[in-house]
Amino acid sequence: MTTHEIELKALMLASLDGDATSHHALLHQLSRRLRAYYKGKLARFGRGAAEAEDLVQEAVLAIHFKRHTYDPAEPLTPWVHAIARYKLLDFLRRTRTSLADVPIDEADTIMAHDDNVDAESTYDVKRLMGRLPKNVRCSIEAVKLDGLSIAEAAERCGLSESGVKINIHRGLKTLAALIARETRT
Amino acid sequence: MKTDDLVALLSTNPEPVDRGLVVRTQYAALAAGIVVALGIALVGLGVRSDLMTAHALTFLAMKLAFAVGTVGLALVYLTRLACPGGERKIPFFPVTLPFLVVVVLAAIRLGFAPSSHWDQMIVGDQWLECLVSIPIIAIVPFGISIWAVRRAAPTDLARTGAFAGLVAGGVSAMAYALHCTDDSLPFVAVWYGGTIVLCTLAGAALGPRLLRW
Repeated sequence: MTTHEIELKALMLASLDGDATSHHALLHQLSRRLRAYYKGKLARFGRGAAEAEDLVQEAVLAIHFKRHTYDPAEPLTPWVHAIARYKLLDFLRRTRTSLADVPIDEADTIMAHDDNVDAESTYDVKRLMGRLPKNVRCSIEAVKLDGLSIAEAAERCGLSESGVKINIHRGLKTLAALIARETRT
Repeated sequence: MKTDDLVALLSTNPEPVDRGLVVRTQYAALAAGIVVALGIALVGLGVRSDLMTAHALTFLAMKLAFAVGTVGLALVYLTRLACPGGERKIPFFPVTLPFLVVVVLAAIRLGFAPSSHWDQMIVGDQWLECLVSIPIIAIVPFGISIWAVRRAAPTDLARTGAFAGLVAGGVSAMAYALHCTDDSLPFVAVWYGGTIVLCTLAGAALGPRLLRW
């Protein structure tokens, strides 16, 4: 088992318990590996860094929202690889690239390389946030962007604390759906 | 947007994750599917009139054993397939076990019966009703199953769809068994087995469309 696997799995387990620092470190490190993976794959189809970045972000969103599907009894690498590869095949299918050219790869390829050259993706999250209802937007901005506590956010947005939590939960899902639709057009 | 900004957005105040959610959702979906299937079968077709006789109960138990075995095994696989990479962990042949058992038993029954009875044993009285009813009753349980799987993250959509179809077909067969008066193993092997396989194939065809995420 590689050191990446051990480190990242520890981060994943802490993040499943709701540890914000671990969750941030996990998503950050995985995003670098995903970037290297997608750049390598897409280069073969003559596609650029912006599209690779869209895929990195789709995969990061999937890892975040689907983290309840990770079984702690299993290693993390194959789980991440399955998501990354699924998102790659989905992208190639919707952009009508021939899937016959996609080689079968081993789970380890997902952890093989690290790329921190961050490119802009093709969508603008601020603009997408504008489409969310006011209370939802206020809750997300307060807690997720400004880092306020739930109680402070509730006061700022004029909502109950449980209202803020529900708004964030729903809002992020809506946002992920908007991002997915945006990268698809 | 920069990926780092997205990561920051997602990891401020994350909620702890409910680890049993995937399994619980599958069980809840199965329970709901069984209730719906029973409801449709009881209202639409009614229970066989001789249900309380020993003969009827024996054959009902046999049909249920086949259907429950199929559903039980299929649900184990479906729960694994619902999670990323679940398709590569497991050999799939055990799921064919209930089918093999019922086919072998049916062949033995036929072997002991005079060949002049074979037609009646295989075709029965209500083969058409069985052929139509099981797939129709399976529609709603299939929908519920797909809904449950969509809450997880399957990465092999055709195979996951197939197992959702298999679960739905099995659930439907359980419900239909309460009505069905064709009491012969060869009939069960051909018409129950066949329609459940049909549901599985339909699930495999629909999976890639219904399960994308």
